[in-house]
Amino acid sequence: MSIIVNHVSYSYNPGTPMESKALKDINIVINDGEFLGLIGHTGSGKSTLVQHLNGLIKPTSGEIYYNGKDISDSDFSLKKLRGDVGLVFQYPEHQLFGEDVFSDVCFGPLNKGLSKKDAELKAFAALKQVGIEDEYFYQSPFDLSGGQKRRVAIAGVLAMEPDVLVLDEPTAGLDPAGRDEILEILNNIRKERGCSIVLVSHSMEDVADHADRIVVMNKGSIIFDDVPREVFKHARELDEIGLSVPEVTKAMVRLRKEGFDVDTDVINISEAVETISKCFGI
Amino acid sequence: MLRDITLGQYYPVESPIHRLDPRVKLFGTLIFLVSLFITDNFIGYIPAMIFLIIAIRLSKVPLKYIVKGMRAIVFLLILSVVCNLFLSQGEVIWSFRKLNITKEGIRTAGFMAIRLSFLIVGSSIMTLTTTPNNLTDGMEKGLGFLKVIKVPVHEIAMMMSIALRFIPILTEEADKIMKAQMARGAEFESKSLVKKVKSLVPVLVPLFVSAFRRANDLAMAMEARCYRGGDGRTKMKPLKYKKNDAMAYLAIFMYLSVIIAVRIIF
Ligand SMILES: Nc1ncnc2c1ncn2[C@@H]1O[C@H](COP(=O)(O)OP(=O)(O)OP(=O)(O)O)[C@@H](O)[C@H]1O
Ligand SMILES: [Mg+2]
Repeated sequence: MSIIVNHVSYSYNPGTPMESKALKDINIVINDGEFLGLIGHTGSGKSTLVQHLNGLIKPTSGEIYYNGKDISDSDFSLKKLRGDVGLVFQYPEHQLFGEDVFSDVCFGPLNKGLSKKDAELKAFAALKQVGIEDEYFYQSPFDLSGGQKRRVAIAGVLAMEPDVLVLDEPTAGLDPAGRDEILEILNNIRKERGCSIVLVSHSMEDVADHADRIVVMNKGSIIFDDVPREVFKHARELDEIGLSVPEVTKAMVRLRKEGFDVDTDVINISEAVETISKCFGI
Repeated sequence: MLRDITLGQYYPVESPIHRLDPRVKLFGTLIFLVSLFITDNFIGYIPAMIFLIIAIRLSKVPLKYIVKGMRAIVFLLILSVVCNLFLSQGEVIWSFRKLNITKEGIRTAGFMAIRLSFLIVGSSIMTLTTTPNNLTDGMEKGLGFLKVIKVPVHEIAMMMSIALRFIPILTEEADKIMKAQMARGAEFESKSLVKKVKSLVPVLVPLFVSAFRRANDLAMAMEARCYRGGDGRTKMKPLKYKKNDAMAYLAIFMYLSVIIAVRIIF
């Protein structure tokens, strides 16, 4: 289920003094089953871009193709697209409305036209997947903790069983443990369902471990689109646009400077352990 | 979607009208509105129109933008025209079954249409050229004399400025929530009214929750900064009249006298 973003530009409030060019000539291909990290400083246009992927925003110019079909064609069903490309908004916990957790999660599958029973089955599976225990199912979503709300909201999109799951900063405002849990959940979902995942973040750490490819945005344009290892080689350019490479990579560069013979294109802790061990001959 | 409602939303450009003291603009708008009700014939609308055109020109707000904002009240306008057209007594010129169009009806309908659109355009020029903060500042200072009779002017102004400040925040929020629910397959363009109302629940509930959360946060933040109401409070940018303001007052009074003269003469 590939998505092709072809020369897409977008302006907010075109033709007024408040006009702001949020996207400038964006080209991306999102392949089947791929885990894509979308990184950029605040205001770089990440949220704007992901809202194009399921047709919530229409490009000012350019096209978006889903499975080879232009999504702005008049005979293209946006409703079906929104079921296939699941988008979890930034701070999704602010969109909960159900009387209880369970009915909120059922909202998506019911809109998709599933029977009540099927919808409930999907909701149940989704809540299990994000690690919400049965005891919370019939509580009001407003009584949960921030992290739990976030997971319920993610489950709400997950229950629609999308082929492409897009998450806009799902880890923003969570503590490191909460962040790792969410990333772990995403990884498991991908393994179980084989769907593609687009993860938006402004932290390299979030995506270094799991992403197959990283797209770096700055001021509405794409500046890097490559595998993590290659992207992290541009430490200085990334630094200039307010991003940074993961701490482990930085540490290895520093060690190298101090005269240790370690690899500098390390992207996670286990690789770091490996190269340091090798350096000391352990 | 909701963002398209531009009626009276501040339009940030540099212009002589933007620079005027908010008190002048408030007073000018008040006089303009009063003048529309003083006028009782079409000739009186000529100076009103000239006044309006000069104000729009000076404000540098594109006419297109103002007209676009008017779309929100088109329904109201049509309703008033239709009512006046068919429900006025007088000399019948055209009739269909029980509906009669009278000479007086046409006159009043035209009159009301002009009055209503002038009313809206006139007051939206004020809000288009004045930031909400400035507006409430002007109101607070301009109505300051009411403090003598124990009217809590500062508190009212503060409430207004908060309310005005919340409008764009809440429309933005509503927009975001609507999009998020659309991402979950919600539809808002249903034909049946019941369905339409039902489809709003997933938007209204989170919107209310967020409004209360924001209000709560704001109250907390104000308290943390020791806000205690208006007594002894000073402004960072106190309002001060400049030369242009005096000229604007002069223009306003001249306009008012013309209107009164027209009313007496014709
Ligand atoms: N609703 C809007 N109206 C007008 N301008 C907007 C709107 N939303 C975003 N923008 C502008 O578009 C640009 C990109 O915004 P966007 O929300 O896509 O950034 P982002 O990369 O998601 O940032 P963040 O990391 O803070 O979420 C910004 O300059 C912003 O000011
Ligand atoms: Mg964003």
